[in-house]
Amino acid sequence: MILSPELMMPATALLPVLGALLIAITGRFPNIREGVTLLTGVATFLMVLQFLPGVLNGEVYEYTFAEPVPGITLAFSLEPLGMLFALIASFLWIVTSVYAIGYMRGANEQNQTRFYICFALAIAFTLALAFSANLLTLFVFYEMLTLSTYPLVAHKGTDEARKGARVYLGILLTTSIAFFLPAIIWTYSVAGTLDFQVGGVFPDDVNPLVAGALLLLFFYGAGKAALMPFHRWLPSAMVAPTPVSALLHAVAVVKAGVFTLLKIAVYIFGADLLLDLDAREILLYIAGASILLASLVAMTKDNLKARLAYSTVSQLGYVTLGALLATQAGIEGSAMQIATHAFGKITLFFCAGAIYVATAKTEISDMKGLGRAMPITMLAFFIGSLSIIGLPPAAGTWSKWYLMLGTLEAGYLVLMGALMISSLLNIAYLLPIPVQGFFGGENKDQPVEIKEAPWPCLVGIGITAIGCLVLFICPEKLYELAALLYEGAS
Amino acid sequence: MMEVVLANLPALQVLLPLLTAPICFLVRKNGIAWLLAFVATLGSFVVAINLFEQVSNEGVLSYTMGGWEPPWGIEYRIDELSAFVLMLVSGIATVTLAFARKSIAKEIAPQSFALFYTALLLCLAGLLGITITGDAFNLFVFLEISSLSSYILISFGKDNRALTASFQYLIMGTIGATMLLIGIGFLYMMTGTLNMADLAARLPEVMDTNTVRAAFAFIIVGLSIKLALFPLHIWLPNAYGYAPSTVTVFLAATSTKVALYALLRFIFTIFGVEFAFGEMPLQFILIFLSVLAVFSGSLTAIFQTNIKHVLAYSSIAQIGYMMIGVALISVAGLSAGILHMFNHAIMKGCLFMALGCVYYRHGSARIEDFKGLGKTMPLTMAAFVVGGLGLIGMPLTAGFISKWYLVMAALEHGLAGAVIIFSVLAGSLLAVAYIWRVVEAAYFQAPGNDEKVEAPMALLIPTWALALATIYFGIDTQLSVGAATQAAESLMGGTP
Repeated sequence: MILSPELMMPATALLPVLGALLIAITGRFPNIREGVTLLTGVATFLMVLQFLPGVLNGEVYEYTFAEPVPGITLAFSLEPLGMLFALIASFLWIVTSVYAIGYMRGANEQNQTRFYICFALAIAFTLALAFSANLLTLFVFYEMLTLSTYPLVAHKGTDEARKGARVYLGILLTTSIAFFLPAIIWTYSVAGTLDFQVGGVFPDDVNPLVAGALLLLFFYGAGKAALMPFHRWLPSAMVAPTPVSALLHAVAVVKAGVFTLLKIAVYIFGADLLLDLDAREILLYIAGASILLASLVAMTKDNLKARLAYSTVSQLGYVTLGALLATQAGIEGSAMQIATHAFGKITLFFCAGAIYVATAKTEISDMKGLGRAMPITMLAFFIGSLSIIGLPPAAGTWSKWYLMLGTLEAGYLVLMGALMISSLLNIAYLLPIPVQGFFGGENKDQPVEIKEAPWPCLVGIGITAIGCLVLFICPEKLYELAALLYEGAS
Repeated sequence: MMEVVLANLPALQVLLPLLTAPICFLVRKNGIAWLLAFVATLGSFVVAINLFEQVSNEGVLSYTMGGWEPPWGIEYRIDELSAFVLMLVSGIATVTLAFARKSIAKEIAPQSFALFYTALLLCLAGLLGITITGDAFNLFVFLEISSLSSYILISFGKDNRALTASFQYLIMGTIGATMLLIGIGFLYMMTGTLNMADLAARLPEVMDTNTVRAAFAFIIVGLSIKLALFPLHIWLPNAYGYAPSTVTVFLAATSTKVALYALLRFIFTIFGVEFAFGEMPLQFILIFLSVLAVFSGSLTAIFQTNIKHVLAYSSIAQIGYMMIGVALISVAGLSAGILHMFNHAIMKGCLFMALGCVYYRHGSARIEDFKGLGKTMPLTMAAFVVGGLGLIGMPLTAGFISKWYLVMAALEHGLAGAVIIFSVLAGSLLAVAYIWRVVEAAYFQAPGNDEKVEAPMALLIPTWALALATIYFGIDTQLSVGAATQAAESLMGGTP
């Protein structure tokens, strides 16, 4: 290693920024530009990967940049949850890039260079967010992630896209400035520090009302976690091209939201304090309601991407719920859900995009019989659905397993019931799509010939679908990271 | 020789621009006039940096004009606050003059160039004078110098409405100045002195009279007009909107700041915290008006079509933030207010310069002119986005640091603090709304024609200097926060 381990972290986060610069320079030659994207992606993933053995051994890497406010630094510090998140984000970036090449060319999108630049920047900010050592650093990159993804959501530049992007930006900025920022400043004035610390930062004699109010502010301030009623931005952001939806739903944005929540629950509040708060109880039921309501809304949507968007809102509720349970199984399940949902949902979005590129169809009712023309896509969709529902042999099984265990441990039978009903609802709104695809009757006005989407799309879909299966068969590393996280909480 | 210069630095601070002004007028050669003006401004910036260092090392500096001892003679007195403001004003003026040469070429008739620089230098001399003087009447004189020259500067605007705007400002400004003069007159009547330190020492004896209370009211209202505190702001939008771009940059970044300085001087140094906030209900009034300023300014900004007006109304809101900090009457609040005065000067300067670049190419700065500018003027728009993010208060920009300190200070104030925090944050969100309209037009609407028409380097370099400063002061805050805190401590300490 040329760089010291401390410097490796900022170098890793800077790599995609460098990639963005190169993309800007090579913008006029699409093949070279895409080559740069892929190379940067692979290099970034390898850089992240080399931290894994150290983190699993319990090592902590730290690096400080600056001290804008006395006592508060801009600093990186890598711990298990950040490791988990960084790994997922950097790996899925490669896959998404492969897929995007097929999609963006297949759909003839404009301004592709801007697209790849913003994408690389979003990944850089996501990694930096995963590495953050304190709330201020996390907030900085949280906001930068919002800003860098705005051009992606508004990519098409149509009135509809601009409107959707405005809602996206509006809700995310509003929640972060109106709730998140004051919560951070208030935390600082109560606890005297913003650093993520094992067991939380608050003094033992903190007023439970204050801590409860802070918990509410944080959980609604991280608007990216899409806890109802601040979820509207997710469905309106689906005007974006599909690779962007993948970035939003699986790789970076929503995951940044729930990552933030989990991190705050574990390293700012700590399990002990959390268990004493009434606000936690309220939020638990809100998360439960969010899971059920979003699933119900998803059932009513005929537009495939809209249905998937509401499904994401519901699935994010699982992570929130697990973080709030603050039991071992709850926190472990929550961390694993971040990973398994990423693989499952990205597969589903890739499939939706592939269908759009190949057939220009967006409504579920038009997709009957499509499986005969696009068997690979539909098969992958089936596997992704299984993972989201939580059925073997797909990865989602594990996270759902631990989350249910967590509700039992903590004695919330109602919530356990909510999780079970939600799983049934998932079956009801996801599985009919592949089933109709393979066994449904032909559409009468079907165009003569439909082929699979371009091969880079299929490669992307294949990798993530196989990922869902692989994570079911060998989830050990994932579980180890999640278990380490719980040790940090207690 | 060097020793003489060093010993007379405080005098030089004002005399440099003041004496260069008539020379500019006499030479009448455009290029030379600009060069003279630039050198004089740069010189006064260097002097200000020197003074700032001296004050932070050795404490308050006192300088007697012509060797007449105070309280009889005019005293120049430089403490932490004035040194900080001097540096800010002369620094912004230097960048503005670098910007001016190219920018006014498109906006002003060539035969008026020399006059323009003369007026600009006089205005600068006035502003620096207000900041440096330790004499209340002298402050009024400098206020008039800067005001009269800014009326001229505004009337240079190409649009005919610049004349009405200038006239409106003249009326309002004169009312304000008269009120200030009446107030100072009352004080003189009661104490027989005009020296600020002397006034502060003698006022307590006669504090409990209606004359002093009336003086206080006159001075506060008079300065609030110059400061454009809601609802006395009506002159500001048109003055900023129709003045030449360079003038807008200069006035937005310095003039209201210096008025705020004068207000702080009167409240904290001359009248004292106890009288101003204990005996008079100033705190409630200021907080109430400032919160209204934040909301009315931001909301009005959203509905403007001329982007210069958008930024002008935004200034009214931002002045509200500064006043909120001041009205908290704590070291934390006051330093937040002073800090925001500094940060806002830089951010607004950057934004108005970016507008100046657009104006240079398009001849106006309406929202339609911004369509597709992300493609055709990428560097200008990038600077605009940086400044805009600063106004919103994004982390890693100077605006975030201001907001951080303001909210921290308000947290100590219970329910009133909650109202303040709410309005600060709501103001940030409204800023998103008015900045984003421009960003959306620039990046997501097709340009009229695809030709690249980036502004010339002579305009871009000053613009980017301020854009980079916006980022720099969001990361390394030693200078800004340190100076603001010191100034606040010395103000709250009571003695000048």
